[in-house]
Amino acid sequence: MTVAPAPATTPEALPAIKHDYLPILLPVALSALALPFVGNPTTWVTLTVAALAMGMMIFVIASGLTLVFGLMDVLNFGHGAFIAVGAYLALSVLGLLSGWVQVDSLGWNLMALGLAVTVAMIGTGLLGWAFERVIVRPVYGQHLKQILITMGGLIVAEQLIHVIWGGDQKAMALPTALRGAVVIGDVAIEKFRILAVVVGLVVFAAMLVVLNRTRIGLLIRAGVENAEMVEALGYRIRRLFVGVFAVGSALAGLGGVMWALYRETLTAAIGGDIMVLVFIVIIIGGLGSVGGCFIGAILVAMMANYTAFLLPKVALASNILLMVAILMWRPQGLYPVAKR
Amino acid sequence: MLNTLLSGDYPRSRVLTGLLVAIVVGLAFAPFLFPGAAAINTAAKVCIFIVLVASYDLLLGYTGIVSFAHTMFFGIGGYGVGLGLYAFGASWGVIALGILLALLVGVVLAFLIGLLSLRVRAIFYAMITLAVASAFLILATQFSEYTGGEDGRSFSVPPSLRPGFRLFETPVFGTVINGRILAYYLVFAAAVTLFLLALRVVNSPFGRVLQAIRENDVRAEALGYRVVYYRIVANCLAAAMAVLAGAMSAIWLRYTGPDTTLSFAIMLDILLMVVIGGMGTLYGAVVGATLFIVAQNYLQKLMGTASAATEGLPLLSKLLHPDRWLLLLGILFVLSVYFFPTGIVGRLRGKPR
Amino acid sequence: MAEPLLTLAGVHTHIGQYHILQGVDLALPRGGMTVLLGRNGAGKTTTLRTIMGLWKPSRGTVTFDGRSIGGVPTPDIAQAGIAYVPETMAVFADLTVAENMILAARSGPIDTARLDWIFGLFPALKKFWQFPAGVLSGGQKQMLAIARAIAEPRTLLLIDEPTKGIAPAIIEAMISAFAELKRETTILLVEQNFRFAASLGDHVAVMDDGRIVHRGAMADLARDEALQQRLLGLSLDAHQ
Repeated sequence: MTVAPAPATTPEALPAIKHDYLPILLPVALSALALPFVGNPTTWVTLTVAALAMGMMIFVIASGLTLVFGLMDVLNFGHGAFIAVGAYLALSVLGLLSGWVQVDSLGWNLMALGLAVTVAMIGTGLLGWAFERVIVRPVYGQHLKQILITMGGLIVAEQLIHVIWGGDQKAMALPTALRGAVVIGDVAIEKFRILAVVVGLVVFAAMLVVLNRTRIGLLIRAGVENAEMVEALGYRIRRLFVGVFAVGSALAGLGGVMWALYRETLTAAIGGDIMVLVFIVIIIGGLGSVGGCFIGAILVAMMANYTAFLLPKVALASNILLMVAILMWRPQGLYPVAKR
Repeated sequence: MLNTLLSGDYPRSRVLTGLLVAIVVGLAFAPFLFPGAAAINTAAKVCIFIVLVASYDLLLGYTGIVSFAHTMFFGIGGYGVGLGLYAFGASWGVIALGILLALLVGVVLAFLIGLLSLRVRAIFYAMITLAVASAFLILATQFSEYTGGEDGRSFSVPPSLRPGFRLFETPVFGTVINGRILAYYLVFAAAVTLFLLALRVVNSPFGRVLQAIRENDVRAEALGYRVVYYRIVANCLAAAMAVLAGAMSAIWLRYTGPDTTLSFAIMLDILLMVVIGGMGTLYGAVVGATLFIVAQNYLQKLMGTASAATEGLPLLSKLLHPDRWLLLLGILFVLSVYFFPTGIVGRLRGKPR
Repeated sequence: MAEPLLTLAGVHTHIGQYHILQGVDLALPRGGMTVLLGRNGAGKTTTLRTIMGLWKPSRGTVTFDGRSIGGVPTPDIAQAGIAYVPETMAVFADLTVAENMILAARSGPIDTARLDWIFGLFPALKKFWQFPAGVLSGGQKQMLAIARAIAEPRTLLLIDEPTKGIAPAIIEAMISAFAELKRETTILLVEQNFRFAASLGDHVAVMDDGRIVHRGAMADLARDEALQQRLLGLSLDAHQ
């Protein structure tokens, strides 16, 4: 954090806590900047809502990854596998519940979706737990091997998806009541985007509550700063880490379901496309920072959506430029995590 | 003589020496030993990938940094030569100019990426290169009016490299020396030269510093080496070599496109070749690339047979489907990172120095 | 003599390729404060970290309260009743003072009497209770680090150079706090500041080159200037 340490000579003066609001203003500034270029306010609202929806999905996927990195210095390049597995599990569940999906009733639709998400999250959570034990555990503290091993895990996982679900592209239909848009004035907002924003905000809020109001959350935040001291206080950080890894994987599974529904199609490589954005997000957010991850996700999604409208050919390249700009401003990301 | 050529870095294993001699002899006489277009294609691909994988090993094995942008540089070389030949016609001057421009673009890009990410944190590098390479791939496919988009570009090479060209009137050892065979030997000669140069680099004082950084960057810094400087130079060198490999590929294939140079699948292939062959030993690149490419052709056929033979067992049959050969390689990859981090070459050499 | 609380017998510790502890023999009596002295690089911090399980001894035994703890995972050693205040203090800067203390009290909320006692020792903590620990001054961070170690009663405190870089006024406050603390528990203190060590220590051990080279009562060493000179040499003067 950028809070200045109080001078040692005046221990009695109450230090001022400087809150760092600047990064929060960035998405606001970016969307304001985009307005004159987009021109039409209606289009701008549509794009901004799309960006928020996409940003929430990226956040849900990235939050677990950034915590895993912060806590244990493990960078999981195989995170994309959980996105794909989550999406495929949901596809299977929704296929079984096709009656609930096709009926034009929000209640039944959400029930089917809820069940699909539950299965996807339990499945990817368990998979994450196994992935941590088998793939990641033997290579703690060795970045090079971590990257290689988790990449290998990703290859194997993608191939297994081919074996189980087949290699062809699948259609992932939205439940009936979630199709179409809500019209407010002359702005049409797709229903699913609203749902995505709600889900993202709920995940973010839940994360903040857990991290700030529970002992587990305090341990995670403390562990991100200094895992060794957490152990010296008598807590088994390994258990904590496995738990965070599994929850992070489950969140990637949730994000995968949302992402597949958003795109309405699904292949085993679905994780690859969005993982590039996820990496950009956790770099510009500050590795290990949930708040930075949230703002970074919105920024990246805005950049992607505005440029997709204005200059469609350079959508991803514009995000590289965004990343470069932010790293030149703050080399450790928007909210650098205090490390020993 | 041999000592100078190999920069004093011998294979140091009887089996490995035999393997390498077999590969070099096989490649040197490929047009005579293995007639047929498919075989010579495979041999040329092996040559190109030996260079590409060796250049990647400069980064991964000798410097200890993981890049996912290596195919980008490979692609820059391919597109540099390919688009030049496409736009300005088939001449040697265009090839030279294309290579020069591609080298310039590649090295500048490598320098900038290195400056941005290696300065901050080595682990950033893997993520940033992944992002940059993806963006580059999309740019290359999006600007289709220049690059040919998904379809890429086919172009002609100078006349002396075309199939219709005859070097001699009569066949040599029963093989007609046509332009394709000349093109093959051009690729082969370039591969040998670049490989020996790489061997020179890693056995130079510069190469020793790189290895010291890989072992312990804090200590190297404490000894007074500017770690960032060395990493960036290694990055630029590796990029330049990958650019040249891309140029070789374009000249050989007479085609350049995203699937042959830029795709992430090729990046994974390179990773598999380096790790299975042996990180930190350039000979690993030779062994890895050769085995991988031969297996790509041969293993898939074998798996097809096995899959058909196990038709009654649904899951096993699916697992052995020829398209699943990456599954086996992926598992092999994970296992080799755990158990044989020095790869085939490391195994053959026995205990590390 | 009663059974020692902590015994190190022939302990060797390697860090990477470096052989730091080369056969440490140390017995800590129950109660009071033992000060571990020695020049920089003698192995004092490594000794504390080895006891805490943060480095694993490659040879020798560590026995705490009748139980062997050599090679036991750090959290289990902490749960056996050893608290550790590292040289870096390692307060969690993003967490508030209160949150730091909540984590330190493993078995639940700290009871008010104990908290008042801690506030009595370190009044600054009360004042900054809801502030992120990152904004504290160096001395205040040190107080928090010590307070964290005594959030609940512990059998043994390992404290690594608490006076390092701390203003003299705070060191005075620390002396009175330690004087009170050692009535409750056993303390093993690593120190460079001999005057500070001599004013608090009951027993002393001096390390050099990864071994204990002197053990005895602090009072004897404090009286014998020749011995001080021989054991501690000029390195301590530089830190006065």
